[in-house]
Amino acid sequence: MTTTEPLPTETEAEHPALAIDGLEMSYIVRGTPRAVLRGVSFEVRAGEAYGLVGESGCGKSTTAYAALRYLPGNGRIDAGRVESGGQELTAMSGRELREFRAQRASMVFQDPVQAVNPVLKIGKQVSEAFKVMGQSNSEAHASALAALKRVRIAAPESVMDRYPHQLSGGMLQRVVIAMALACDPTLLVLDEPTTGLDATVEAEVLDLVRDLRSELNSAILLIAHNLGVIRTMCDRVGVMYAGRIVEEGTVDEVFDNPSHPYTKGLLNSIPRRGLRKTDRELFAIPGSAPPIGASLPTCTYIDRCPIATEICRTDVPPIVDRSDGHWTRCHHADRISDVPEPQEVTVNYNVGTEQVIGVNGVSKTFRQRGHDVPALVSVDLGFAEGETLGLVGESGSGKSTLAKTMLGVHAADEGGAITLRGRQMAGKATARVEESVRAISMVFQNPDSALNRSWTVRRILHRSVVKLTGVKGAAADKRVEEIAEAMQLSPRHLDMRPRQLSGGLKQRVAIARAFAGDPEVVVCDEPTSALDVSVQAAILNLLAGLQNEERTSYLFISHDIGVVRYLADRIAVMYLGRIMEIGSTATMFNGTNHPYTEALLSAVPSVDGIAEDRIPLMGAIPSPANPPSGCVFHTRCHRAIKGLCEVTEPQMVELSAGHSMKCHLTVEQLSEPVHIDPAAVLAVAIDDPLA
Amino acid sequence: MSETSDLANGDAAKSELDRGPTTSERSAKNQIRREQLRVLYRSPGFLFGVLIVGFWVFAALWPSLLTSVGPKEFVEAGPRVKPGSEAWLGTDKNGWDVYARIIYGARPILIVAPIATAMAVIVGTMLGLVMGYYRGWVDEVLSRVIEAILSIPIILMAILVVFTFGRSTPVIIGTIAVLFVPAITRTIRSAAIAESDLDYVMSAKMRGESGLFIVGREILPNVTGLVVVELTVRLGYAVFTYATLAFLGFVGSNITDADWGIDVSQNYEQIVRDIWWPSIFPAIAIASLVIGVNLIADSIDKALKS
Amino acid sequence: MQVTESLGLRDSVATQLSNLSVSVVTLDFGESFSVATGEPVMSLVWKAVANSAKLVILSLLVIVPVSILGGLVAAYKKDSWIDRLIVNTGLAFSAIPDFVAGVFLLAFLAVPFDFFKVQASAPPGSGPLIQIQHLLLPVIAVLMVYFGYIARITRAGTITALDSDYARTAFMRGLSTGRVFRKHIARNALQPTVAVLGTQLGYLFGGMVALEIVFGYQGVGNLIIRAVDRADYPVLRAGVLTVAIIYMLATLGADLLVAWMNPRARQTLGDN
Repeated sequence: MTTTEPLPTETEAEHPALAIDGLEMSYIVRGTPRAVLRGVSFEVRAGEAYGLVGESGCGKSTTAYAALRYLPGNGRIDAGRVESGGQELTAMSGRELREFRAQRASMVFQDPVQAVNPVLKIGKQVSEAFKVMGQSNSEAHASALAALKRVRIAAPESVMDRYPHQLSGGMLQRVVIAMALACDPTLLVLDEPTTGLDATVEAEVLDLVRDLRSELNSAILLIAHNLGVIRTMCDRVGVMYAGRIVEEGTVDEVFDNPSHPYTKGLLNSIPRRGLRKTDRELFAIPGSAPPIGASLPTCTYIDRCPIATEICRTDVPPIVDRSDGHWTRCHHADRISDVPEPQEVTVNYNVGTEQVIGVNGVSKTFRQRGHDVPALVSVDLGFAEGETLGLVGESGSGKSTLAKTMLGVHAADEGGAITLRGRQMAGKATARVEESVRAISMVFQNPDSALNRSWTVRRILHRSVVKLTGVKGAAADKRVEEIAEAMQLSPRHLDMRPRQLSGGLKQRVAIARAFAGDPEVVVCDEPTSALDVSVQAAILNLLAGLQNEERTSYLFISHDIGVVRYLADRIAVMYLGRIMEIGSTATMFNGTNHPYTEALLSAVPSVDGIAEDRIPLMGAIPSPANPPSGCVFHTRCHRAIKGLCEVTEPQMVELSAGHSMKCHLTVEQLSEPVHIDPAAVLAVAIDDPLA
Repeated sequence: MSETSDLANGDAAKSELDRGPTTSERSAKNQIRREQLRVLYRSPGFLFGVLIVGFWVFAALWPSLLTSVGPKEFVEAGPRVKPGSEAWLGTDKNGWDVYARIIYGARPILIVAPIATAMAVIVGTMLGLVMGYYRGWVDEVLSRVIEAILSIPIILMAILVVFTFGRSTPVIIGTIAVLFVPAITRTIRSAAIAESDLDYVMSAKMRGESGLFIVGREILPNVTGLVVVELTVRLGYAVFTYATLAFLGFVGSNITDADWGIDVSQNYEQIVRDIWWPSIFPAIAIASLVIGVNLIADSIDKALKS
Repeated sequence: MQVTESLGLRDSVATQLSNLSVSVVTLDFGESFSVATGEPVMSLVWKAVANSAKLVILSLLVIVPVSILGGLVAAYKKDSWIDRLIVNTGLAFSAIPDFVAGVFLLAFLAVPFDFFKVQASAPPGSGPLIQIQHLLLPVIAVLMVYFGYIARITRAGTITALDSDYARTAFMRGLSTGRVFRKHIARNALQPTVAVLGTQLGYLFGGMVALEIVFGYQGVGNLIIRAVDRADYPVLRAGVLTVAIIYMLATLGADLLVAWMNPRARQTLGDN
C-alpha cells in the first residue's frame, strides 16, 4: 500500500491521537444556544480502541464530529480543546484542516448507502481518496485496487467498475472503510458503523475492523449505542449521559463492575447472559433523557437516579477512581450496591395447550415483472394461548410477508390456510368475519409511520375500538380510557398528536391500538428496534405483563437475539421464506442447531464478552426470485455435504419433542465443531442484491 | 450532517414522558395551527400579499367606493390625456378614465380565477388521491392521459377549447379548471403514493377499512397542507391564464368592457407613440395581483413547513 | 361547405377531438394547403418553427447560465441576504404573464432607447447580429418569467445535495469546497433542473403566444392563433401537432440527459 505520508515524528508519537479536554458545545436554535456537550474529556492513543456509548441525544455523535472539527452550521464550541497529535484542531486554518482530514484522520458513518455518491463509480471514489494525497491517476487506481483487496473484497476489479446502487449495504461499508484507511490514519472514527445492517453483515464488518486493527497503528474511536458492539470491539469505554461522560474504564471493568447508577441501569435493562422473562423483569430507568439545551442541575442524572440526595443538586459530582483507569462521576460511588436490582418475577407464565391460531402450509408467491417470486414457501406454525413465538432471520427472509399474510394484507396461495380455533379464515382482511379481524393485530417497527400523524391518540384508539368490537358511544370512550391506562398513558396524552410524543410513548399507543379489539394473537414486528435500550426495557416489560393478564399470544419478530431469547417461549428461524428450525427457547440455545441458526447465533456481539468461534456466512442472501436448488441454504452453509445438499431439499425432521429442523445432517454431524477463519472469507458482490 | 442537524434543530417535544401542552387542556390540533398562524401573520410577505390582493378584492366588490367615474364614461378631460390632476392615471383613446377601468377591471379576473382554481383543486385532489391509493390499470391509463394533456402548453389548449365551445364566462372557467386538473392531480398523486406506503395505511387495511375511508379519513388529512399550497400557487397561474386569454381576445366580454387583459391588448400599440399609460397601468395591475397571490402562496408554504 | 365537411367540422365535438388525437398519434398532418393563403402548410410551419427556435435557443443561452448560477449561489449562501434576494425576486416575477413583461419592456426600454427594437422580427435579409438585437427584448421577457422557477429548482436541488451524507463524506476526506462542488454535487444537484428545463422547453415553443404578438414575432404561437382567427384548420392542426412533437422530444432529451447523470435512473428507463 503506497502512501505519501511522512513517518511520524517523535512529538507526534508521544501525543495521543485524540485528546478532548473539557469540551463544551451548543447548538443555536432560533437564536438561543442549547447546550449539547457539557464538558467532555477523554483521550485515545495510537493502537487502542475507545468506545463512546450512550442513548440517543447524549451527544456521542456530536463528539465524534468534533474530533474532526465538523460542526453543523449552527454549532458552536463554547469551551475546551480538541487536539490530535499535539495539534489543536480549533486553531487550524482551512487548509491545515483539510490536510488533517485527508492525511491523518478518517471517519466512517452510519449509513453506507448514503455516504457514497450515487452517480460516480466506486473506482473513481476510492481513487479520489488517494489522489487527495498527491498520487497520480494510475498510482491512485492501483492503490484503490489494493485497498479493496485489503478489506477482503473478492474480484475488486469488477467492484471498481460498479455504481453504489449495484452493491449491498455490507459491501458498501467495506468500500467506505477502504476509503477511510487510504491514508493510514492516525485517528479513525466510526459513528454507528453497523447500525441498520443485518446481524450477519454487522458481524462481518466488525470482524474486518478487528482484523485490520492488528495491521494498523490507528487510534480508533467507536461510537455505538449497542453495548455488545462496544464490548467486542473496544479496549476502553466511556459512558455518556446528557453531554457528559459519567463513567470510564476498560470494557471488562465497566461492563462487569459498573460504578455509576446510569451504567448499572443500562446494563440491567438489556437481557444479559441468557435472561428470560420467567427470571425477572428488565430494569426500565424511570423518566427520560433530558432534551438538548435543558438547564440541568449539577449532576445531570439526578432526576432518574435511585440513590440521589440533595448534594447531587448543588455540587458537581467529583471524579472517583475505582481502580486503575476506571473512574466514575458520582457523589455516592460507594453506595452503588444500593441501586436496586429489577424485580423478580413471581407470576407464572402459563402457556395453554389448545392451538388458537394456526398457519398451515402457507405459501405466498408474488408476480413481479413476469417472474414468480416465492416469498413464503409452505410455512407451518401454531400459536397456543399465551405463548410467544419468536421469529428470527435476516432481511429478505420473509418475516414481514408472513406477518402481512397472517393479517390479511395479502391472501395466501391456494392450499394454505390460516385458522382461528380450527376454522379457516378468508385470505384478505376485507373478506374476513369481524371475529377473525379482531383476532389478529399488529405492532409495527416504526411508530412514526404506524400512527396517523393527523389523528389524535384518542381518535386512533377510538377508531380501532369501534371498528373491531362494534362498541360505540360512551362504552367505546370508556374502553379507550381503559386501554390507555393499561399502557400507562396519562389522560393528557389522549388529546395529543403523535408528533408530540416520545418514541416510547408512541409505541405504547401502537400497542394500545393493537389490544383495542382484545386480540388472540399480536404480531410484533421489531417493536423495539427503533427505541433506546432503556425505553425498550419498559416496552418489553409491558408486553410480557399484558400477555400474562390477557392470555394473548405473540409472534415476536426481531433481529435482536437477546431480546427474542428473553421474551419467547419458542423460536422459529426463517430463511428465504422457509422455516429452517423451530423449537422451545431452551432447546434452541442448548446444543445442536441448524447450520443457519448456528451462524446467526455466533454473529451476535454480546455485552458479556466475545462468544465462541464466529461462523461467518459466505456471500449474501440469494434473491427469493432465484432460490438455490435443493436446500436453499446450501450456497452459504459451512456444513454442506456435496452431492446431497444442492440436490435434494430436506424435509422437516423432528429431533426431539417440539424441536424440528430442515437439514440433511444428523445430530452427531451437527455437534462437531467447525472452525472457519473469518479472514479467509471474501465478500462477493452479487447482482441485484436487493431484488 | 442530517443526524446532528436533527439534534440541533431539536424537536424538544419529542423527548419526555412528562412534557406536553401547557397546563390548560387545549387540544393539540389548535396548538400546532396556532403556531403556524402566528408565523404566518408575522411574515412580511404574507402581509404585503394580503394588502395587494385585498385591495383588488375590494375593488371587485365595491368599485363605486373607489372611484366616482364609470368605466365607459367619457370624461371631461378628453382622450389621451397624461396622468395628472384631472385623471389620476390618465385617459385612453376613447376618453375613458384609466383608473376607473382598472378598478372595474378587477371583477372579471377575480371571478374567473378563484372559481376555476377551486374547481380544479377539488377535482384534482379527488382524482390524485384515488389514483395514488388504488394504483392499478386505472392509474396507468389516467397517467398517460395526463401526460398527453400536459404536453401542450395550457394557453394553446385553452385557445382550442374556447374556440370550439365559445367564449362565455362559464366556458372560460370550465376550461381553465379542466386544464389545471392534470398538474394538480400529479402532485397529489405522488403524495398519496408516499402516504400509502406508510404503516398506518396498512394498519387500516388490517382493520378491514374500506378504500373510501382510507382515502378520505386517513390519507386526506395528511395532504391538506399540500392542497392549500396547490390552491394558492394555481391561483396565480389562473390569473395568468385568464389575463393572457383576455389579451388574446378569447374572453366573453366586449372589447369595451373593463378588463385588464383586453385593455392591454387594445392599447399596447400606442406605446411607441409615447402613450404608455392606458396599457401599462392595466399591466401593472395584472402583475401586482400575480405578485400578491404568489407572496401569499409562498408565506403559507413556509408557515406549513415550520 | 365542402371544405367544412371534408375537414370533419360537421361531426360532433367528441369525434373531432378523437380525430385530432388520432392524427397526433399517427402524425397525420391532413390537408397540406393553408385554407387562408394557399401556401403549403409545412412551409408555413417550418418558418414559424425556425423563428421560434431562434428565440428559444437565444433564451436558453441566457436563462440557463443565469438561473442555474443564481440557484447555486442562493443554495451555497443559504439564508443570507443574497439568498433571500434571489428567491424573492424570482418568486415575485414568476407567473407574471409573458406579455405583461413584454409590455413593460416595450415602454421602458424600447421606446426610450433606440438600441432595443420594438419589433422582434428583423427586416428580411438581416445578418445574425441584427436578428439577435431585435430578439433582445423578448429574451429578457422570457428571462424574467422563467428565472425564478429555474433558480428555485436549482437551489432546492443544490441544498439537498449539500446536505447529503456523501457531500459530508467528501468534506471529511479533506476535499476542497470547489472540488466537492464540481465532482460530487453538480451532477446530483442539477438533475431536477435538467428535468424541468426539458418540460419548459416544450412550453417555450408554443406557449409564448401573447409575447409573440406584443413583439410582432412570427413564431409558432403566433401562427396557431392566426390560424384560429381565420379558421385555417390545416395550419392549426399542423401547428398543434408540431408543438406536441417538440414537447415530447424535449422531455425525451431531458430524460436521457438525466439518465446519463444518474446511473440509477438508467435502470428504470430500461424498464420502460
